[in-house]
Amino acid sequence: MTGRSDPASRRGEDLRYWLAAQRGPLIAAGLFAAMFALFVTEHPAGLSASVVNTAANKGVLLALVAIAQTFPVVTGGLDLSVGSVFVLANCLASAVVAGTSLQVGLGVAGVLACGVSCGALNGVVVVFGRLQPIIATLATGAIYGGVALWLRPTPGGAIDEDFADLLTGSAGELVPVSLLVLAAAVLVIWVPYRRSAVGRAAYAIGSSEQAAYMSGVPVARAKFVAYLLAGLFAAIAGLLLTCLTDSGEANAVLGGSYTLSSVAAVVVGGTSLYGGSGGAIGTLFGAFVLRTIGDLLFVFDIDALSQPLFLGVVLLVSVSLGSFRLLRVTRRLELYR
Amino acid sequence: MMQARSGRVDKALVAAAGCIVALVVAGGLYDRNFLSPAYLLQQLQVAAFLGVVATGVMLVVVLGHIDLSIPWVVTIGGMMATAAAGRGGWASGLAIPFAVACGVGIGIGNGFGVAYLRVPSMIFTLATNAIAQGLMVIHTGGFAPEDRATPAMHFVAVERSVLGIPNAVVVWAVLGAAVVGVLRRTSFGRRIYAIGNSERAVYLSRGNVRHVVVACFAIAGGCSAFAGVLLAGYASKAYQAMGDPYLLPAIAAVVLGGTPILGGRGSYLGTIAGVILVTLLQSMLSIVQMSEAGRQVIYGAVIILMLLVYGRGAKVVT
Repeated sequence: MTGRSDPASRRGEDLRYWLAAQRGPLIAAGLFAAMFALFVTEHPAGLSASVVNTAANKGVLLALVAIAQTFPVVTGGLDLSVGSVFVLANCLASAVVAGTSLQVGLGVAGVLACGVSCGALNGVVVVFGRLQPIIATLATGAIYGGVALWLRPTPGGAIDEDFADLLTGSAGELVPVSLLVLAAAVLVIWVPYRRSAVGRAAYAIGSSEQAAYMSGVPVARAKFVAYLLAGLFAAIAGLLLTCLTDSGEANAVLGGSYTLSSVAAVVVGGTSLYGGSGGAIGTLFGAFVLRTIGDLLFVFDIDALSQPLFLGVVLLVSVSLGSFRLLRVTRRLELYR
Repeated sequence: MMQARSGRVDKALVAAAGCIVALVVAGGLYDRNFLSPAYLLQQLQVAAFLGVVATGVMLVVVLGHIDLSIPWVVTIGGMMATAAAGRGGWASGLAIPFAVACGVGIGIGNGFGVAYLRVPSMIFTLATNAIAQGLMVIHTGGFAPEDRATPAMHFVAVERSVLGIPNAVVVWAVLGAAVVGVLRRTSFGRRIYAIGNSERAVYLSRGNVRHVVVACFAIAGGCSAFAGVLLAGYASKAYQAMGDPYLLPAIAAVVLGGTPILGGRGSYLGTIAGVILVTLLQSMLSIVQMSEAGRQVIYGAVIILMLLVYGRGAKVVT
């Protein structure tokens, strides 16, 4: 008998294990808390509902797209079309979400269904076409961008005002509704997904696809569902964007920058690009961290011309922080794949 | 993955070449001008810019990495060359080497992050791209720089010195020949393929993985910057985001040319075919007055279809 059977020490061990597994998300959350505290203390208006609301709306947009990116990344894949689906959903929402409340409801359902179909097409191409996700989603991203441009050759359109006010306002003059939407999306979709068989399968595939296959894990189904849910989350983000801008624009540059920022947010949130670890909660804080950097540069009155450089340097430093793990590597062979 | 080197036809190369022929024939049936040497030479000249970028991309992809810093390294190449040209005197004579050196410098930074810090190349090069963008925004002050291309840049990018062949194509051919020589005849070249297959095996056989990785990223940075020089010479100016339209087509060209995105294999001949294919596809879709929306959809669909024909991964069975 060793000390391991002692319940107290086992609890301690569980806690240590949990802390080790959640280190990435915890660091991202702590970083965000510190940065946001700095932001509101330096902001001339202080902690007011409107300051929080503006910051939340920007952060939630990226958080939703980045969570979309998290699903395929966990399986060891990647979805470079999330930005295009985001823009496509924006263009579609600017056209169909209007009219009576029933029509608005149907329009929202249509936008979400569009996102799911885009995700499903990605899933089919990657899983059944057996193409590499990077290049396959690059190509499908071009297709979705083209469809968005076909829907909205020039910027325009509008979204139902009541619906837009509902989603971009603050509940009880305090909590931004967009934040509640994000929380609901995480609680209703991510948490059950993470605990389901396909969710666990996604992590198993990310760790080792061959081992997962040999253990009878439903590899094809889990990968397909991951791309499908990525499309859904990107569409939710596109819907929210339409509420914020009250128009639709097939902006390929915006889509591209969201795609790239989503990958950065995933990494900052502690999810490995090699798959098998991390999750949506870390990504959420990763996205908030990236957005707060921009806000901080604003309140500290950094020269507008130097802001892009600052953003780049912060991004470079934050992705390089993971290299501290190299100091613990004792066998040099472990450094190589 | 060992493959018999002789007596085996490169499937990707044949498919890409077949598609090129099909495109030219289809174009010729639509309009005889598509078959004119003037049009085809013009396409080759445009392809040369993409070809120079794709050369660096291919080396990095064979390693099993990816370089997302291309857009702003291309822009840096163009802007640094025109900035040097704007100073006049001896500085304008050094415009081209200076611009390429800037690209090599960023490439070395990329290589350091990937090889020594072990950050995944996708995210590290993304960050260096952001930094390159930040540097150029400061350099230009947010405005279009009022610099011009030097005569030398104009000469390489636009003029046709020998038999009407654009100099840019000659430059691409020389660069390509050098890369083929390095890949096939030097231990450095063989190590690039070896690292793409197994870094560990190269490390255990006393190959210096890190030096090779840094060198490849440095070459890729130099190629991108040089493409920026060519573009600036072609357009007689450098402008913000001039490199944006080159990232995805370059990666698509390399992959359509038969280099798997996971690395370890691939021939430069295939990359050439991929570059020409992508350029022809873009050009023809714009000439038949297809709307931008339709062009993007067809462009994406063609890439997917071609890859479904020959770029599929192995089925997981064990």
